[in-house]
Amino acid sequence: MGNKQTTFTEEQLEAFQDCTFFTRKEIQRLHGRYRELAPHLVPLDYTNNPDIRVPLTLIVTMPELKENPFRDRIVETFSEDGHGNLSFNDFVDMFSALCETSPRELKTIYAFRIYDFNRDNFICKEDLKMTLNKLTKGELTPEEVSLVCDKSMEEADLDGDSKLSFSDFENMVSKAPDFLSNFHVRI
Amino acid sequence: MGVDIGLEFEGDEDEVSTFQEEHERERHRAKISDGDRERRKRGNGRRKRASRAEEWEGESQARPERRERGRRKRTRSDQEAKGSDRDEEVQPKTKSGKSAKTRKHIKNEKTRKMEEEEGEGEERHAKRKKKHGSAKKEEREEDGGKRTAKEKAQEVKRKKHKKVVETSSEPSEEDDNDEEDNEEREVRPESLSSEELEKLKEAVDERKKLIQTLRGKPWPMKKKCVTLRESQEFVEKYEGALGKGKGRKLYAYKVMMNKKWMKFQRDFENFKTACIPWEMKIKEIESHFGSSVASYFIFLRWMYGINMILFCLTFGLVMVPEALMGRPYGTIPRKTVPRPEATSAMDFAVLWDFGGYAQYSVLFYGYYNNQRAIGWLKFRMPLSYFLVGVGTVAYSYMVVIRTMARNANESGVGDDNSFNFNWKTFTSWDYLIGNPEMADNKFASITTSFKEAILEEQESRKDDNIHLTRFLRVLANFLVLCCLAGSGYLIYFVVRRSQKFALDGLDNHTWWERNEVNMVMSLLGMFCPMLFDVISALENYHPRVALQWQLGRIFALFLGNLYTFIIALMDEINLKREEEQIIKFNITMWEASLYNGTVSVNSTAPAITIQPADVPRGPCWETMVGQEFVRLIISDTMTTYITLLIGDFLRAVLVRFLNYCWCWDLEAGFPSYSEFDVSGNVLGLIFNQGMIWMGAFYAPCLPALNVLRLHVSMYLQCWAVMCCNVPQERVFKASGSNNFYMAMLLVILFLSTLPAIYTIVTIPPSFDCGPFSGKKRMFDVIQETLESDFPAWFGKVFSYASNPGLVLPFILLMVLAIYYLQSTSKSYKEANVELKKKLQTQNEENKKKKKLAALKAQMDLEEARKASSQTAKQQKNSNASQQDQESDEEEDHSSSQRLHHGKNGRHAPPPVREQEGQLPATRAPVPRSYQHEHHGAPGYLPGFPRQSEPRMHRVPSLQRH
Repeated sequence: MGNKQTTFTEEQLEAFQDCTFFTRKEIQRLHGRYRELAPHLVPLDYTNNPDIRVPLTLIVTMPELKENPFRDRIVETFSEDGHGNLSFNDFVDMFSALCETSPRELKTIYAFRIYDFNRDNFICKEDLKMTLNKLTKGELTPEEVSLVCDKSMEEADLDGDSKLSFSDFENMVSKAPDFLSNFHVRI
Repeated sequence: MGVDIGLEFEGDEDEVSTFQEEHERERHRAKISDGDRERRKRGNGRRKRASRAEEWEGESQARPERRERGRRKRTRSDQEAKGSDRDEEVQPKTKSGKSAKTRKHIKNEKTRKMEEEEGEGEERHAKRKKKHGSAKKEEREEDGGKRTAKEKAQEVKRKKHKKVVETSSEPSEEDDNDEEDNEEREVRPESLSSEELEKLKEAVDERKKLIQTLRGKPWPMKKKCVTLRESQEFVEKYEGALGKGKGRKLYAYKVMMNKKWMKFQRDFENFKTACIPWEMKIKEIESHFGSSVASYFIFLRWMYGINMILFCLTFGLVMVPEALMGRPYGTIPRKTVPRPEATSAMDFAVLWDFGGYAQYSVLFYGYYNNQRAIGWLKFRMPLSYFLVGVGTVAYSYMVVIRTMARNANESGVGDDNSFNFNWKTFTSWDYLIGNPEMADNKFASITTSFKEAILEEQESRKDDNIHLTRFLRVLANFLVLCCLAGSGYLIYFVVRRSQKFALDGLDNHTWWERNEVNMVMSLLGMFCPMLFDVISALENYHPRVALQWQLGRIFALFLGNLYTFIIALMDEINLKREEEQIIKFNITMWEASLYNGTVSVNSTAPAITIQPADVPRGPCWETMVGQEFVRLIISDTMTTYITLLIGDFLRAVLVRFLNYCWCWDLEAGFPSYSEFDVSGNVLGLIFNQGMIWMGAFYAPCLPALNVLRLHVSMYLQCWAVMCCNVPQERVFKASGSNNFYMAMLLVILFLSTLPAIYTIVTIPPSFDCGPFSGKKRMFDVIQETLESDFPAWFGKVFSYASNPGLVLPFILLMVLAIYYLQSTSKSYKEANVELKKKLQTQNEENKKKKKLAALKAQMDLEEARKASSQTAKQQKNSNASQQDQESDEEEDHSSSQRLHHGKNGRHAPPPVREQEGQLPATRAPVPRSYQHEHHGAPGYLPGFPRQSEPRMHRVPSLQRH
């Protein structure tokens, strides 16, 4: 580790610290992790903000995401192009939103986006079904799934349009006892 | 008038800026002081002189200056006679259209000359130059800068500019443009009115706030970065602009310091997070095993912190002073190993048992001397010892209760179950899980929890064999009670037996007989929980409930064991005290005989010949208690580690390697790998801590031992978890259980302080060992200190204060306060519940209403479709254009209304009725128009065909036919 090559300039680090919930050390570590994913692609020197994106297939191999049933959705949600290719900025952004210190509001917004599979700004029954199937690895019968979907709608849908808007979702999540403890990734 | 002056300054800033500092404050008071007027006159006079000077210079150079002057004067209310020819001058100059920059340059030269004429110092000039430099810089920045900031600044400028135009006596377009150019360059904070300043300040504050909250914004990183940069630039640029003159400098300084402070804070934060021990280890475990296992390690770390502080207390205030300043080893009997034990005092077996040299050292109560003050510091050793004992307990109470309160605050939300399915769907996945097995378990547990919930939902509890479950539960509890009673009796029996052995002399017995008590206790602690586990299978509880029962039972077992142990110990204390009485008597006899003997033989110096080791001494029961606790801790630690090594590591190794040559699958089948038992480990930790609290008074070394133990545990268990455990199958939420642990810790703390306090208060200390020897009770040390170390009046006050007449009312008052607080908190809680209920019912009502509305809307939609199809047919027959037009007009009217209603959202019914009343009866049937409105509402049911609109418009006209 003798001669440390500078990965970021001071300003970059400051900016990252202003924009995320990470300390400078964590940002450097994140860069290390990011580089690990595609060493031939990602340069060590990031001072001139190279525009490099790592594809989804590589991102989801991270141990932090590997077992997550929603890994593809998470990565897609945070990628700028919507297809799951992450630049380093997106990468940092993702883990910042999912880290322990980020506030409930932010997490709620991103959770909503993650569970909104078809990106229509509503969680409809299709989204719910997808979520359930991913969550149980498809071990519930279709009848059970639809029953759960109906029940969920009944519980949380306050305006009766049989889909969950963000406010419905927010209301529901704000009362959930372990949303905060469960919805975070440590890196 | 204030504005006026401000404008003047803006005009002739170059000249007046030097005056500003002098007149700053007066101006701020927004009153026209005499000084102001004087200054103005002076300025005028100067200007006159300047204009004279101009005439000596070339014409072209003079013009801009004069023009400037003109503008200045124009803004002034008291016009002077010169005004007219100035006006003449202005017109040609503006037409000349020179760039403002060159003009300014010239002006600079001019003013410099003027100054020289007036004999003003160089200093002033330099200052001005500097200011110019900054202005130019600003300008440049602005040119290259970003839009948003500029826009805001320009807004301010424009406003100001308008004022200039308004106040100036002769507004001309060209002049205006020129001025704007000028102002772009010359916008200076000094020239802004207080209102504008306020606005600017607001904008800056807004930006600052934005920077601070930026990390919480759900934007992509790029946008965040851009916004950050922009805001930072904006703030940097205009921050200095706030405040004026000296105030400005101060403000800039403040801002700078603020920035530095923020940076320092951030660095400090970084440093602080780097200092948290074992953070990475715990993170790693958390990512493999989820939050519940990590919660154990976090608890362990917390415990470590507390023990560290306890250790510092005892080590710094008791052990070190005694070791450094007290009398050295071997000077008095209590600090010397007695002669009969001396030969084996260094044996490892004895030391391991904390006998021999270990017993006669600072580690135990008996070593401390009862000398009131020791060393050159006059350190009050006995007092310190007592206060540290009290402080340890007090600190522990404080920490535990505070943590509990904090946890209660955090977990105060979400005790209702109204979103059961949604929570299961959206919040049950633990995003921390990074281990495939853990993930599999989590999948399975989520599936089962869903199935359970579905079952519960489908049938509200079929209780056909409730009698059987009831019977089984009663049976299980009975069995558990039997186990508890049995284990209690076993311990009591063993302790009694060990006392008999002790009376016989320990050397005559085997190792097992000597260590029977500890071994039995450890074994019971190991096997009884397993038994409970088996028994709890009978009960058929929900896993979480079952877990709580299990925890409660283990808790009861440990507690029972501990208390049996304590009761046995009390017996032993009583035995020792009887022994002490005898020895005390013997010693007096011995001393008498010694003196008698020596007197008869030699009367010179008999006392000197007696070694301290030879002096007979009483059985120090305090040291005995301390030793017992230390032994208990040691054996407990050893059992934990050995179970860990055998139960986890060896099992894992065997399963792993025997699996190659075994007839069934060991990994998936019977032995498999062990799970990490969170609840058991937590309970172990809690009881261990209880023993520390109990024994710390008699063995000051206990916190140190515990710190050591926890330290080793941390590493050993981290390693064991990562290398030979599998994630647990049972769902166990860490978040909800934290306070459960804390509550248990509090109970244990209370229960462990009880016996300690009992012994301190009721049993007199030994006569020849420990810091309180020679006193009647241990707490007499307080009284002694009060009497001898504090002034007399203090003791008097204290004695008055401790008078029952004062203490009793005080206690009564406290009880009343507690009662009051408790009842208020209760009422708050009730109010909270009421509110929650109200909210819930309201929600449900809303839901129903909305659903009804949605249903109605759907019906209406269908009707409208029918109607529209009908009208489509009828449309072919209709022709009357006149009437059509008429109706169209009406439609316009109605459509505007429609729009209005559409904005109101979906609560359409009342507006419909309104419309009905207003419009003539010839209108279209209500449902249709309602229907139309409804779907005209923005963003609602996008699927509705747009083309239906014209058709609907036709409806009224057709109806009229």
